[in-house]
Amino acid sequence: MYIDVTEVAVRFKQGNSEYQALDRVTLEIEKGEFICLLGPSGCGKSTLLNVMAGFIPPSEGTVKIAGTKVEHPDIQYQTIFQNYGLLPWRTVEKNVELGLETKHVKKEERKQIVKQYLAMVGLEGAQKKRPAQLSGGMQQRVAIARALAVESEVLFMDEPFGALDAITRMRLQDDIHRICKETKKTIIFVTHDIEEAVFLADRIVVMSANPGRIKEIVNLQKLKNRERTSDDFIVARDRIFSLLQMKKEDTVEYYL
Amino acid sequence: MKSIKTVKHVILSFGVLIVIWQLGVKAFQVNETLFPTPGKVLQAFGVLVKDGLPGSTSNATLVEHIGVSLGRFFTGYILSTVTAVCFGLVLGWFPKVFAYVNPIIQIIRPIAPVAWLPFIVLWFGIGDTPAIVIIFLAGFFPVLLSTVTAVVNINPIYLKVAQNFGISKVRTLLTIVFPAVFSQIATSLHIALGTSWIFLVSGEMVGAQSGLGFLVMDAKNCLRSDALLATMITIGVLGLLFDQGIRLGERQLNKRYGLGIGNVA
Repeated sequence: MYIDVTEVAVRFKQGNSEYQALDRVTLEIEKGEFICLLGPSGCGKSTLLNVMAGFIPPSEGTVKIAGTKVEHPDIQYQTIFQNYGLLPWRTVEKNVELGLETKHVKKEERKQIVKQYLAMVGLEGAQKKRPAQLSGGMQQRVAIARALAVESEVLFMDEPFGALDAITRMRLQDDIHRICKETKKTIIFVTHDIEEAVFLADRIVVMSANPGRIKEIVNLQKLKNRERTSDDFIVARDRIFSLLQMKKEDTVEYYL
Repeated sequence: MKSIKTVKHVILSFGVLIVIWQLGVKAFQVNETLFPTPGKVLQAFGVLVKDGLPGSTSNATLVEHIGVSLGRFFTGYILSTVTAVCFGLVLGWFPKVFAYVNPIIQIIRPIAPVAWLPFIVLWFGIGDTPAIVIIFLAGFFPVLLSTVTAVVNINPIYLKVAQNFGISKVRTLLTIVFPAVFSQIATSLHIALGTSWIFLVSGEMVGAQSGLGFLVMDAKNCLRSDALLATMITIGVLGLLFDQGIRLGERQLNKRYGLGIGNVA
């Protein structure tokens, strides 16, 4: 498997007691898959993503990407944050160039790359703007362009559209879906929005809280029609809906 | 419109102040050597600008004294803030080191910079150095501590981004942390500018034979209350100009970088 999460547990110290954020999570992800981690708050979905991206060391277990153990963040695996993480003192262009500077890409080449990826996220000609001059949705597009510009293999997205209004969010969902298909990236996407997960995911990893565990993995690869109002979509959505209400705790893969 | 209104406020407030001052001195028949009229102060100001203080040990004019003071002021202020910001960035980056340094800082900080004067004069003699050292001490600690606080409380997302893009530690400190905390440091730089100007005068009153602080002492020694007040007003006006200048600078920075540097009351 491309990404192997094996028996990962994460415990945080809370004063004298310990808080179990993740309990022996095992997950395998193929290259090019779009995985949504879905669950209520406190289910450890963000923690799992941060462990996979190398920001949080697991208390137990290992994460391997392409056979290499993840021990710290890597430029090959980019994380998109809910609050964008743009540098407000840099222009859009300079923000997108951030990773290219580390890779010592030549100046003319950088400009070319920035142009290409800004076009991909629908922000042609915004090079000289400052982040503060852009709407939230546009800022997140810049962050996506910045992550794509370093030609990362994997995108970790931590509730990336959580701070956006419903319509902007749907536009960005359409775009990330298209970008994913165009660039064949492996994407791990944390969300608590069922509709978002059903719209985007090849597989939805449904998690439960206290302690954070994988409850079900729902395979949606056969779900062809992702029109948000189509019957297939609504059926799949209802399925997840009832899953989240369920009390039973066996891990089964569904093929819809 | 707003600037016209401000000008109106300034003219009115100073106009009223001068009238009260003049009437007060006349009405209570105050001895003019103890408290001179505005007219006398203006006269003294003219003499100070043209020939300097009569009977002074220094024959420098007011403008020359201002020049000397400004030189010390900017030397001290720039030395102090640059060192404080550099140390602050490093200490904020290594909180464990700061935990050891902090107790010493907390003991030195409450000591008024002027209390160091006897040592400073013993070590460096009379001249430019005492005033510069005093300004250094006055500006250093507030800027240092606010820089450390800003670095410790930096939004962690910036560090995550830096890590994610494989930016080295040194480059992170200089190109990510410094700009990220600059708006908070800017407030303390602004305050330090005012404090430094205040302490410059204190420093020059004891440790110098020139400058505005020296002129204050000299006017006192010559029993020239009019020249004394003229010098004091000059100090006040210059302080106001610096404050306005740094405000203008902040506005430019905000316009260019959108850093949201706050206004200091």
